[in-house]
Amino acid sequence: MLASGSAAAPFSSASVRPVHDEFHGDLLEVSMGPHHPSTHGVFRMMVTLDGETIVRLKPVFGYLHRNHEKLGENTTYLGSMPYTDRLDYLCSMTNNWAYALAVEKLAGLVPPERAEYIRIILAELTRLINHSGLIGFLMQDTGCSGTPLMYAFREREKVLDLFEALSGSRMMCNYQRFGGCRVDLTPAWVDSARRLVDAFPRFLDEFEALLTGNEIFMARTQGVGRLSPELAVNAGLTGPVLRATGVGHDLRKVDAYGLYPRFDFRVPIGAHGDTYDRYMIRVLEMRESVQILQQALRDLPAGPIMDPKAKLRGLRPKAGEAYGRIEGAKGEIGFFLISDGSPNPYRYRIRPPSFINLTVLEDLCLGHTVADAVIILGSIDIVLGEVDR
Amino acid sequence: MLGSGIIKGLAVTAKNLAGSFHDPARYVTQEFPEVQPQLPENSRNFPFLVADDGADPMGTLRCVACQICEKECPPQCIYIEKSKDKKPDAAGKLQLYPAVFAIDTSVCMSCQICVEVCPFDAIKMDQVFAIATTDRFNGLLLNREQLAKSNQYYHSIHPTEATEVDARLAAERKAAEEKARAAAAAKAAAPKPAAPPPPQPPA
Amino acid sequence: MPPAPIFATLDPDRAFLERAPLLVRDFVTGLFPPSLQWLAGNLLAVVVIVLFFASLFALLTLAERKILGRIQNRPGPNRTGPAGLLQPLADAVKTLVKEDIVPRAADQVLHFLAPVVLVSLALMAFAVLPYGRHLVPVELDAAVLYFFAAGAATELAVFMAGWASRNKYSLLAAMRALAQLISYELPLLLSVVPVVMLAGTLSTTGIVAAQAGWTYGVIPHWHVLTPWGAAGFLLFFVSALAESNRSPFDLPEAESELIAGHLTEYSGFKYALFFMAEYFGMTALCGMGVTLFLGGWQAPCAFLEFIPSYAWFFAKLLLLLGVFMWIRGTLPRLRIDQLTRFAWKFLVPLALINLGTAAFWQLSAGWSGPALQLARWLVALALVAGPFTLLGRRLSAGVAPRTYRYAA
Repeated sequence: MLASGSAAAPFSSASVRPVHDEFHGDLLEVSMGPHHPSTHGVFRMMVTLDGETIVRLKPVFGYLHRNHEKLGENTTYLGSMPYTDRLDYLCSMTNNWAYALAVEKLAGLVPPERAEYIRIILAELTRLINHSGLIGFLMQDTGCSGTPLMYAFREREKVLDLFEALSGSRMMCNYQRFGGCRVDLTPAWVDSARRLVDAFPRFLDEFEALLTGNEIFMARTQGVGRLSPELAVNAGLTGPVLRATGVGHDLRKVDAYGLYPRFDFRVPIGAHGDTYDRYMIRVLEMRESVQILQQALRDLPAGPIMDPKAKLRGLRPKAGEAYGRIEGAKGEIGFFLISDGSPNPYRYRIRPPSFINLTVLEDLCLGHTVADAVIILGSIDIVLGEVDR
Repeated sequence: MLGSGIIKGLAVTAKNLAGSFHDPARYVTQEFPEVQPQLPENSRNFPFLVADDGADPMGTLRCVACQICEKECPPQCIYIEKSKDKKPDAAGKLQLYPAVFAIDTSVCMSCQICVEVCPFDAIKMDQVFAIATTDRFNGLLLNREQLAKSNQYYHSIHPTEATEVDARLAAERKAAEEKARAAAAAKAAAPKPAAPPPPQPPA
Repeated sequence: MPPAPIFATLDPDRAFLERAPLLVRDFVTGLFPPSLQWLAGNLLAVVVIVLFFASLFALLTLAERKILGRIQNRPGPNRTGPAGLLQPLADAVKTLVKEDIVPRAADQVLHFLAPVVLVSLALMAFAVLPYGRHLVPVELDAAVLYFFAAGAATELAVFMAGWASRNKYSLLAAMRALAQLISYELPLLLSVVPVVMLAGTLSTTGIVAAQAGWTYGVIPHWHVLTPWGAAGFLLFFVSALAESNRSPFDLPEAESELIAGHLTEYSGFKYALFFMAEYFGMTALCGMGVTLFLGGWQAPCAFLEFIPSYAWFFAKLLLLLGVFMWIRGTLPRLRIDQLTRFAWKFLVPLALINLGTAAFWQLSAGWSGPALQLARWLVALALVAGPFTLLGRRLSAGVAPRTYRYAA
């Protein structure tokens, strides 16, 4: 039986209590997951239902735990780079960048200008495929028989082809290096990237025609999973989930890392913090990413792609600590490293955006139905590889 | 009006239904076994060992069993045993060679770090992706003989990179020969008990 | 008797193709002694219906997967046989040889009965559809009533399945199925009432006969081409989507929320039976929609009458089924409370108003002259569009596309 009222979430804003009277029977406990079609991997939601209304939700994760941080402390700095691909396996390029940034701070390396441009191009391409894929999955949770997902994947394939042509691998790119990038862009690559970027707004228009004005989609998402800006800030949320609540916090503007200050782009923010806002913010961010990409591909400078001081093997940074963070597609992805002067980091810590964004799941879901919980989870955008590490 | 968004959506799917019959930008499916994928040059899968002469791969492996890749491999899937004797390499210099060189492809994560750290350009990434086998232990543990592939093969999968590597190796060889010749000339000019030349640092 | 021409000359009733099914029937029943001919005739109809719709089901599963695939820019199943045509066969073999798992805690009897009941009820609905000029398996005076009674009972089998599985997802699905049944049976029936009212009969043959004839030989007198008929058809169509548990109303099955809903604990051939029943229900409802609103087996133009009537019926049927699939490939799913609200606050009032529109249309049938005809059309259109707009605005209050700001 349910211990009613107990185990309120740490940031609980909603207070939905189970009611016991003649109209409300017993509560029903359902274990959604770890094998459930809509938990985006092996994730489990212990939900307590009154009818179909959720009165309690306990996220259970860790099924995909693989000791990532300890592995990082036992491999060299370079050896951890391919492992970062496997955190959020949809965004390996941004994971690489965040980790490279942390090590570069630690070792005092400065990537040359061209490398910074390449990093921005790849990060924004990653944002495009992550956001469009996420929207596809969200629609899958909403009950579209796969159509938006297949459209998103169709475009993702084209970006992955670019990634493969550059880095050799479609998803596990392992492309960034401390002090620069591994392989240089060829003019042919830049041309095909430009074609892709120019064609992308057409895809977005079609995608929006399919979804944005759809009455059923609006009814399913507007007002569902409302998140207040206070709770979002207090819970440490980042990324589109935070910006959907109206907080204009984007590390590309706040930290101004890389060469982002050179680029002209805006940060869309929502007003309601509900699922529809989270969807729309992602669509608008994709449009901004297209702007950034067009500028970057236009202004791409010539030059080296590696810091001449950088060496591949035997990196032994001076003792100290560094935190490198960037605005990944899901939020702030950060790597915290402590060096004791040995070839391995003394401490290797990841700030995974989807894990921290997941902490508000219960607050978002209380009072909504099972059907809503599924799309709220979908709109948070989690990847279990990153949540469980 | 209620329903306009739904009608717009129906129009989009109808457009895609029609488009998938005539528009290659929409219908991107390649039917795999019939249509083989055109892999980009940089595409990588699992490592292989480069042998200079395809006719005698075991005798002409570039690998000198320095074990750097074994140490750097993040998932530690490479196992090397050094040879007891030495064989002349392509430049005629006596080198060790790997008596055992095994890669467990069930552990390998195709990260390419072994390729990047190898100072002898001896290990490169292959593009063969149809690697299914019925034996999941021994079938995926590749030994020296299975790993060795010729330089021509390397040229066929990564032409640009292989040409660069060949040019670099040729330049190094030439430099080494000139140095040796200079050393020999110096030796001839001044017959002294010469100290053994310091080992060449890997370029 | 002179041999009938292959194509119709003056009397389509006499055309060879039109009469071909009857000739086959007469031949087969002629093999039996006269006292058993009525039985043989009926059994023949049953066998033909079961075989025909079972093979149509097989083709529909393939067609649905192909169409969905093409909508999603995929080829769809294409490995089994030429262009994947043998895929249904492979699916049948697969479901037949799969292990049939019954949960230990399940109600064994009901768990077994549910798919059987479902399929038999779904099949019963086919008895009264007029497939062609001479092709009505059972001539029933209350055919429409019978049809919807059989259709409504299928939902009971869904509840049986959900309850008997003793699975929480199945139970939730069963509750949803009941809520959906109660909500959508009403607009479905109410959207049919005007047709019955104007045709003055509950017999499906009579309703098809009421839509016979053409104006100028090209504009058919189908109900869907009148204002009330168009509105009624849309209401019927939406309710039929819900009634047959199809997207966007596939809540009992909601695979992203309830795994597979009432089908969660079914495997092997029982699962296939459920699947079959879903397609049977969908086909039967489409057939009823064709009969009630799209003129049944009537040809759209007078000069196209040489094509036999059953061909027209099935062409229209397949068209409607195609729209079902198209909708499935496009729309997300509603939530259960939105679904019931949509039924009670939107479809039911509209269906009631449509009854009035139909009454007006019938009363004004005698209006003659272009001015009066125009007035008749305008009034009827206003009666349809006005409530639709007003109720639609109320229904979608608070739900609208938004505009967004950008951070400074």
